[in-house]
Amino acid sequence: MKVKFSFLVALMLAFVLVLAACSGDGGADSASTEEEEEADATEGSEDSAGEDSETEADGGAEGEQVLVFARGGDSESLDPSSTTDGESSRVTRQILETLLTFEEDSFELEPGLAHDWEVSDDGLNYTFYLEKGVTFHDGTDFNAEAVKTNFERWADPEHEYSFADDNYVYSMYGTMFGGFQGDDGHVIEEINVVGDHEIEFVLSQPLGFFLQNMAMSYFGITSPAAFEEYGPEINENPVGTGPFQFVSWSKDDSIILEKFEDYRVDGLPKLDEVVFEVIPDNAARLIALRSGEIDIMDGLNPDDAAGIESEEGLELYTRAENNVGYVGFNTQKEPLDQVEVRQAINYAIDKQSIADALYAGYANTAKNMLPPSYMGYNDEVEAYEYDPERAQELLAEAGYEDGMEIELWTMPVARPYMPDPETVSEIVQNNLAEVGIEVEIVREEWAPYLEKTLQGEQEMFMLGWSGTNGDPDYFLSSLLHGSNVGSSNRTFYQNDEVDELLDQAKRSVDQDERAAFYQEAQALISEDSPTATLVHSTPVLATTSDVLNYVPHPSTSESLAEVELAN
Amino acid sequence: MFAYIMRRLLMLIPVLIGMTLITFSIVHLIPGNPAQVILGETATAAAIEDLEESMGLNEAYPVQYGIYVTDLLQGDLGTSLRSKAEISKEIWPYIAATFELTVFAMIFAIVIGVNAGIISAWKQNSWFDFLAMLFALVGVSMPIFWLALMEQWVFAQELGWLPAYGREDSRDPMATITNFYVLDSLIHLDFGRTLTILKHLVLPSIALGTIPMAIIARMTRSSMLEVMNSDYIRTVRAKGSGQFLVIYKHALKNAIIPVLTVIGLQTGVLLGGAILTETIFSWPGIGRYVYEAINYRDYPVIQSGILVIAFIFVIINLIVDLLYKLIDPRINY
Repeated sequence: MKVKFSFLVALMLAFVLVLAACSGDGGADSASTEEEEEADATEGSEDSAGEDSETEADGGAEGEQVLVFARGGDSESLDPSSTTDGESSRVTRQILETLLTFEEDSFELEPGLAHDWEVSDDGLNYTFYLEKGVTFHDGTDFNAEAVKTNFERWADPEHEYSFADDNYVYSMYGTMFGGFQGDDGHVIEEINVVGDHEIEFVLSQPLGFFLQNMAMSYFGITSPAAFEEYGPEINENPVGTGPFQFVSWSKDDSIILEKFEDYRVDGLPKLDEVVFEVIPDNAARLIALRSGEIDIMDGLNPDDAAGIESEEGLELYTRAENNVGYVGFNTQKEPLDQVEVRQAINYAIDKQSIADALYAGYANTAKNMLPPSYMGYNDEVEAYEYDPERAQELLAEAGYEDGMEIELWTMPVARPYMPDPETVSEIVQNNLAEVGIEVEIVREEWAPYLEKTLQGEQEMFMLGWSGTNGDPDYFLSSLLHGSNVGSSNRTFYQNDEVDELLDQAKRSVDQDERAAFYQEAQALISEDSPTATLVHSTPVLATTSDVLNYVPHPSTSESLAEVELAN
Repeated sequence: MFAYIMRRLLMLIPVLIGMTLITFSIVHLIPGNPAQVILGETATAAAIEDLEESMGLNEAYPVQYGIYVTDLLQGDLGTSLRSKAEISKEIWPYIAATFELTVFAMIFAIVIGVNAGIISAWKQNSWFDFLAMLFALVGVSMPIFWLALMEQWVFAQELGWLPAYGREDSRDPMATITNFYVLDSLIHLDFGRTLTILKHLVLPSIALGTIPMAIIARMTRSSMLEVMNSDYIRTVRAKGSGQFLVIYKHALKNAIIPVLTVIGLQTGVLLGGAILTETIFSWPGIGRYVYEAINYRDYPVIQSGILVIAFIFVIINLIVDLLYKLIDPRINY
């Protein structure tokens, strides 16, 4: 049989095209039908875009200020209250505004959508005076009704905009306001629209951090018209009053926001566009920063920080200390139910060497669960300094002079408070071996890790906590209050005296009084040592030198309204 | 041939049922409760219970499977627990991204791999053969993440020739149509952008294509050597045909069959296993979609993602089988 030579040439070509042909399955068909329509429709506008793309590094139209902010993971939802994820609030912070807001680099309160507020003496009535003349991105007016609608939506699973049937859960609302409508602990009893721009919250019991909650990005106000328009797709179509409005979201890739021209503050925002880009790999993100493809990178390895500082064209930033990394003890399990054992382990761990070795200097050793900048931080508490001899004495007192075996659960993921959990667990293992405690390291995946530690399967475990509203309650009650055993209290620590102090602090609206309660609680906690607190870390991040007026916020979500680019 | 294709397509049915059973079972063996993950570290037990109920996680497994398959038959891949969006709407851009990357990685692997294999066989034991096979050995054993980071370091950071991440210039994105970016830019008649998009494809394609390239080169070489020593090639030579003609016209046709199998398998592997490359180059592909879903215990996405990958794998195998027939008429079905 005669074979045509051209067939062989075609063969090589065919290989190349095989896969292209495979993709025909539906995709190519729909493509070819849309092709012709789209080509005509978009020709004009896209031509100009084509010219821009040649000036690749600068991008955008000439003189446009486009900032690319790169981070490790994508947002979960752009409906901020339906998630607890920090990457989500980082973006929604730009789109939606809250009644109050935090100062640019601390948790001090500032006016937000409410320019003024009043609190009744009994701490049960909060009246907010709202800004007038503010519009949402969809053009509708911002007013007291809008605020009421948003809060009712979070509180009431039956509300028409609650979208409970679509698996929307507002867990942060439940955590911060004592549950949902009808729950015993729910503090918001009534929301009254007093005037178009005046709204009153009536509480069933005082809540010491109510105002702090009002500034949390989770409680950003969405346009009620948008709930109507988008329904359960509101998490992909956020409409707020913020400096930037939402343009598009390609999942696991980028979220694009553009300047809101009618923003309530004159002259802001300064940027024309912000792109939140996902670059999962830390090293790749740093390369993208060095090559000028991105402007800001979050999640720098502490080890890279020193290099950045001396590098021309790059700037190093730190976020204020707002977390704690700790080794927790399951206080219900032997031998950790004995306070001497817990104290002994505390003395045996060389916290300073952990801070030095793993955080490249961007961490301080911790003696309280609360970071030092917080109201009510107790500096009088004496740290458990590294002292193996004292540890051995305490172990002997507890009846373990011959040593013991114990499990340490190590976190499978890196967190700002624990950038290298594996090494931390090895250091702890070595430290404890010196005092005769044999540590077996247990590894679990992240989701089962969280779940099983909640159920108390662990003996010792590693974890941390980051603050979101700048209030001590968020740290101390969440982690150590008896009522949170089985939810966020994984040490199963229960001390009635501590619980009472935390409750009193929660119910008081006098901040000095609250501080005193928290100080007292910390002293008791330190004595009981349900945890070995290791460090408070200062997360580092980097930008190019072109980025101006950028101030990282301790909560990890900062407004980019004031930021601009040089040139 | 037509009957064969029909028969193969019918055979897909039990295969697909098997796949749904397997993905369903695997997914439910993964430890970790999705309600807990969704609600986060601060969730209360009551809230977890409520969410489990509303998500149907309390139903017996056979009931859950029944619901899953019924929905699937209606083209409903389920709703993502994380994004609350319909998976059938959400999944296409991820598939397209991975497909585009795979196509370019395989073009790279096939063009370089097949030709290097041919030349190595042709010039057996020459310096080229030695170098090419050494290179192939290194290529097969190279950790992808290391190669990827080296590429980024050299070509993006130091030389600044090629972009380090993403599919296109993120400061100036294009309106997508098919989500195959190269195709979209051509539809827009925006050739400057096509160039930008191709530049973004270079580094990840090389990172992803290196292992298949090395495998294909070695396979082509050994297959060619076998064919070159066969009687009919000796006959062709005896008739006085030139070397080039002998190789590309007569030998390659028979040598390529096993290579084709490798190409088919490798393509399938790349489609499902590009997670590392996708992560480092920040490529929003199906591998990462499923990976993120696993972290999040997003059952419906894991199921659908694996199912879609498996389906594509099966289709590619079918195409490879059909190609055998096209290349070698002696193969009868």
